[in-house]
Amino acid sequence: MHEEYPVEKSDYTRAGEASASIKRILKQLGISGSVLRRIGVACYEVELNLVIHSDGGVLSLDVDSDAVTLTSADRGPGIPDIQMAMREGYSTASEEARSLGFGAGMGLPNMKRNADDFFIESEPGKGTTIRMSFRLG
Amino acid sequence: MTIADMVSILHARVLRGENGLNRSVHKICCSDLMSDVLAFVNDKTVLVTGLCNQHVVRTAEMLDLKCLVFVRGKIPGDDILDAADELGMTVLATRETAFTTCGLLYTAGLRGEEIDWPENGGADSNA
Repeated sequence: MHEEYPVEKSDYTRAGEASASIKRILKQLGISGSVLRRIGVACYEVELNLVIHSDGGVLSLDVDSDAVTLTSADRGPGIPDIQMAMREGYSTASEEARSLGFGAGMGLPNMKRNADDFFIESEPGKGTTIRMSFRLG
Repeated sequence: MTIADMVSILHARVLRGENGLNRSVHKICCSDLMSDVLAFVNDKTVLVTGLCNQHVVRTAEMLDLKCLVFVRGKIPGDDILDAADELGMTVLATRETAFTTCGLLYTAGLRGEEIDWPENGGADSNA
């Protein structure tokens, strides 16, 4: 199963709708408990990152019999220092994002903590790809 | 303790989800920073917050939280309350501040999340 959700830059009103849809789909597929919760949290974090930090991108869901994979691919601007971005508490979020309750600098570390496998690749000027997988059963 | 007990301790108003009042309360998280809530909270936790936007409900949805308490007399808009209601959450509002709300609940025996903080450093050690 493969689904794609376009996510727009700075669309704070709709931010989280893709994650809510994904969580409902997975629930209907019979996924539950802590794995569903971990997927939901990581998915919401990555969707928020697309809204807050990217120039827009696509969030994809892939489900097979033994794993769920979430992929976020954006159109830029890219992360100059991934090691710094992975640090808890480090954030470059805007005042607008902070006023809505985000920008604590926990996004990337929290995705890594919740996923069974976490991959990030970024090139300044091009974009960032994040892939997270979650083992089922 | 149940959510109904919290209602009487906080002199709270029940805005949505009356049929969830008998649910047990395990832990409390008080924060206006949803990023931290997403990082530190487990399910079966009650979220106490002064932040009034739809991301409070979204955050609670992702974490499978079933009870929200809005402090400082704030009442969220109907769109926010209805979204919480559809997800089966119980929503309370109290005129108490966040500090007093937590103090009252702590005195009644509730506790917060345990945060993992290694001896050799804090959050930075994960860098």
